[in-house]
Amino acid sequence: MKHMAIQVENLTRDFQAIRALDGLSLEVPTGTIFGFLGPNGAGKTTTIRLLLGLLEPTAGQAKVLGYDTRSQAHEIRARSGALLEHSGVYEHLSAEDNLEFYARVYQLPQSERRARIQELLEQMDLWDRRKDRAGDWSKGMRQKLALARALLHRPPLVLLDEPTAGLDVPSAAAVRDDLAVLAEREGTTVFLTTHNMAEAERLCGRVAVIREGRLLAIGHPDELRARAGGPRVEISGRGFSDSALALLRGRPEVVAATAQNGHLAIDLRPDTAVSPLVSLLVGAGAEVEEVRRGKASLEDVFLTLMHEEEQHV
Amino acid sequence: MFDDVLSVVWKERKSQFRVRGSRMRFLMMLFSPLLLGTIFPITWGPDWLTQLPPLVVATITSVILVAVMVPESIAGERERHTLETLLSSRLPDRAILVGKLLVPVAVGWTAAILANLCSVVVVNIAHWEGEFMFFSLPIALGSLALSLFMALLTAGAGVFVSLKAATAQEASQILTFAILIPPMLLQLAPLLFRDQMANIIDTIDGPQLLLIVLAVLVVLDAIVLLAAMARFQRSRLISD
Repeated sequence: MKHMAIQVENLTRDFQAIRALDGLSLEVPTGTIFGFLGPNGAGKTTTIRLLLGLLEPTAGQAKVLGYDTRSQAHEIRARSGALLEHSGVYEHLSAEDNLEFYARVYQLPQSERRARIQELLEQMDLWDRRKDRAGDWSKGMRQKLALARALLHRPPLVLLDEPTAGLDVPSAAAVRDDLAVLAEREGTTVFLTTHNMAEAERLCGRVAVIREGRLLAIGHPDELRARAGGPRVEISGRGFSDSALALLRGRPEVVAATAQNGHLAIDLRPDTAVSPLVSLLVGAGAEVEEVRRGKASLEDVFLTLMHEEEQHV
Repeated sequence: MFDDVLSVVWKERKSQFRVRGSRMRFLMMLFSPLLLGTIFPITWGPDWLTQLPPLVVATITSVILVAVMVPESIAGERERHTLETLLSSRLPDRAILVGKLLVPVAVGWTAAILANLCSVVVVNIAHWEGEFMFFSLPIALGSLALSLFMALLTAGAGVFVSLKAATAQEASQILTFAILIPPMLLQLAPLLFRDQMANIIDTIDGPQLLLIVLAVLVVLDAIVLLAAMARFQRSRLISD
């Protein structure tokens, strides 16, 4: 049986009249990058605070690295790294001093401190500017520095709260690359909150979707895609008339078909052959230029889950 | 615990004087007490070394510095969004708080001692009487103790104000105002209870009165600092 880095059972947190987290239960296997997805205000940050023992749950319990968040939070914080909503970088200190401080906090031996700081800053292409005030850096560089700080003491678990939020595309990509490389190299379990589906799709081996404090779905991204829609085919071309679409929709293997701007998207049942459908379209007068098999994206899954939840409510 | 406090002290020492404008502000804060510790000793002459004013100068110096540095350290850290990351580290609440109060108190107290030493130099240069003159023992010990205990009291009160105020600047203003109220009330007290006060004071000599004040301050310091430690807890800081 695989060890669990995080085990959450019926975790609930109220802020006066507002229920920020509502009976959350999930498990995060050791060594995985776990994506915790949800829109703004879904309860992602509250979950991280609860896991770090910064907040007490109203009900339920959570174990992180085997330690109870209520009674052994100090042990959890000693063994985990965190990049929270704000980078937490001391802008008036140099990058080197920022890391030096946290190296002291985590009691890295003096002989090891400098080597570790150099290793991380070089890995993130920040070494040459280590003496600069962090406040003079770009937001992307500060976020990378915060990531380095979270990994400084080689924690078995890092909790990252939207690490690429507010970054431009190249900076976000750089942070993601660094995160993937470092997590793999150091074998760290990563608990990552985000509302960026592409990020989760690219990085995470397992994801959970949360909304208004409630867990909507959890599993491997492929499992969620399958649950949300199954296989899909996308066809580019011309002449996708209403009659052609009606013929398509009449086929038992077609779940749904929509056409827009010369682009036809068809959701299929599992194990469906595409060529008979293409023949059918050509027979109905359509000109097919490109056929692409695909799967629902994580974003489609997310939107489907949100839609289902709205209908349920 | 001791190593953790030292880690926080290391960071605070660097932080306090690297925030933009902090060095200039520090020098300006030192200016008034140093001026008081220079001008008054010249006019008072050797009497300065045996009377109460050095106690006042030392106390004002330490209190003003602590009243500015503690809000910068606590409210400023929250304002700059670095406090939550610090709280998510392995540091115990108590180590964070002690480290954060230690630097302002040490700086304030050192500045108070320097202001008084400065006044000794000024008196000796301006009124040289053939031998080195220094404070009388009650004044020397009294100014050391009073400036330290008042610095600690200000630091403890600063924790509460810093956790309530929206910004470090607001916290500093509230704290300075709060510190000025008791002396202002003491100024008014003789008008209201002149005879009673005079009767009480007549029965106590200077050193005795100083000891009573210091004893009261020690008790107040203990209460305020213990209450500050009870208040400075992660779960309360994050949910506020």
